[in-house]
Amino acid sequence: MEYTKQNDVENGVYDMPEGAPSFPALLTVSPSPHQKTRIHVPRMMIDVLIALLPAYVFGVVWFGLRALLVGVVSVVACIISELVFEKILRRPVTVMDGSAAVTGLLLAMNVPVTIPIPYLVIADIFAIVVVKCLFGGLGKNIVNPALAARVFLFVSFPSAMASFARPAGFLSADAVTGATPLAAIKEAGSIEGIDLLNLLLGKTGGCIGEVSAVLLLLGGLYLLCRRVISWQIPVAYLGTVALIALVFPRANGGLAMVPIELLSGGLMLGALFMATDYATSPVTSVGRLIYGVLCGLVTMFIRYFGAYPEGVSFAILIANLFVYYLDRYTKPTLFGGKKKLLGGGKKL
Amino acid sequence: MNKKFYIEHLKEGLLTNNPTFVQLLGMCPTLAVTTSVSNSIGMGLSATAVLMFSNLFISLLRKFIPKQVRIAAYIVIISGFVTAIELLLHAFLPSLYASLGLFIPLIVVNCIILARAEAFASKNGPLRSLWDGLAMGLGFTFALILIGSVREILGAGSILGYDLTFGVWQPALLFIMPAGAFITLGCIIAAVTALRRAADARVKAKEKTARVTGKEEE
Repeated sequence: MEYTKQNDVENGVYDMPEGAPSFPALLTVSPSPHQKTRIHVPRMMIDVLIALLPAYVFGVVWFGLRALLVGVVSVVACIISELVFEKILRRPVTVMDGSAAVTGLLLAMNVPVTIPIPYLVIADIFAIVVVKCLFGGLGKNIVNPALAARVFLFVSFPSAMASFARPAGFLSADAVTGATPLAAIKEAGSIEGIDLLNLLLGKTGGCIGEVSAVLLLLGGLYLLCRRVISWQIPVAYLGTVALIALVFPRANGGLAMVPIELLSGGLMLGALFMATDYATSPVTSVGRLIYGVLCGLVTMFIRYFGAYPEGVSFAILIANLFVYYLDRYTKPTLFGGKKKLLGGGKKL
Repeated sequence: MNKKFYIEHLKEGLLTNNPTFVQLLGMCPTLAVTTSVSNSIGMGLSATAVLMFSNLFISLLRKFIPKQVRIAAYIVIISGFVTAIELLLHAFLPSLYASLGLFIPLIVVNCIILARAEAFASKNGPLRSLWDGLAMGLGFTFALILIGSVREILGAGSILGYDLTFGVWQPALLFIMPAGAFITLGCIIAAVTALRRAADARVKAKEKTARVTGKEEE
């Protein structure tokens, strides 16, 4: 019998709403009983959008209406490029699963509000076409599309990505410097003038969606409760960063460096929303813990010794490349199996 | 002389059996020196010259070289010509010499040259081997120029050093970085493979219809 979505739905193999994409190639044929859940890609993507929204809305309030324009353009550009790519190559159209919209919103939250719109559109096309679709589409990309596109912008147009203008939003009566806290620490070597409460609330310079640590945490908690993400990656990631900041504080910051390192830069956005992307993170619990620690180590190495003030995006991209091996080597032993097959599994 | 061989072989080297896009040989210089069109031309032509002479001499010596030590013998011949090319570039094109740098001596270990020596020159006569060197070398040069122009236009906003941005757009630096080399090469190989498959499919379809119509009329 041929695997078509119609057959599967008729036989009750799984129930998916109309318009949802089916991925017969990824289905595992296993003995009964089968448990059906209502979890599917579009619902998870909607959950991620809901979780991102508070931090993004704060970004719009804080940086002004241009942040709204950046977000809308980015989402639309991602959806259109996926649609056009799939139409040209006569692939099944998968825009309705919402993953392109999530990529677009994540990218918009990862750029400064002053980003020129043409650059943003190029980065959207890069994310969808080069990073996602050329590798086979949703679930087959080896690195996170939004992060790869951010790094693409970062190395291609360094000046546009490093100019954080003063926030021009509705709240900015307070004086706020243009430099981000991490850049200030890197250049001045001191933590003078950094206010912890402002960092927590997001009244600071940075990319559109990364400023408000508390709202990002709120979104992350929502995703945890909805079981869209699991606790291992964020806890291991943030824990590693906190531990390094505690043991080796820089800039004579002492204990204050722990909350400063945790709350500044793109760490919250990265640890809760980018590192936990399904396609590019391990599936085993142990693998996830190692992956989180790896992200944290690379992030802190770049912050301490690198040329850039912030290393979250590079760290997650580097860790993405190890996911295959982490999954392979942390595969749990089968119940009743004799010994652990180190790398013995054929394919994950 | 068999004229058809020479035309077919030139076509093979440039397109259907292109050393870079089809045989996937010599990836190291392909990725490393294609940051600009002028570098690509310099690298491609230097390699072509070495390839022609090494093919010629290996073909002439093919009955004299013992089979057991042939690779070592090939390398000696190739490195002799690479040294000559390096000295010539140093003397007459110092700026190109400076920008290609280490990659000129590395022509010695370019897989294309060794592969053609092993696969062609050691089995064919001197004139055909010389022609093979020219065809494959031009194919390599063509591939480098193609990659180099894409990378220079997108990454530096210029072609052969002439500004193409007119101050209107800003080039994406990524394309003259190593990552840009991989992305460009991958996309071009994908396009070339798609074109080759389409051509193969056309040939097959033609053969099939010829066969069917030849047997029965319906």
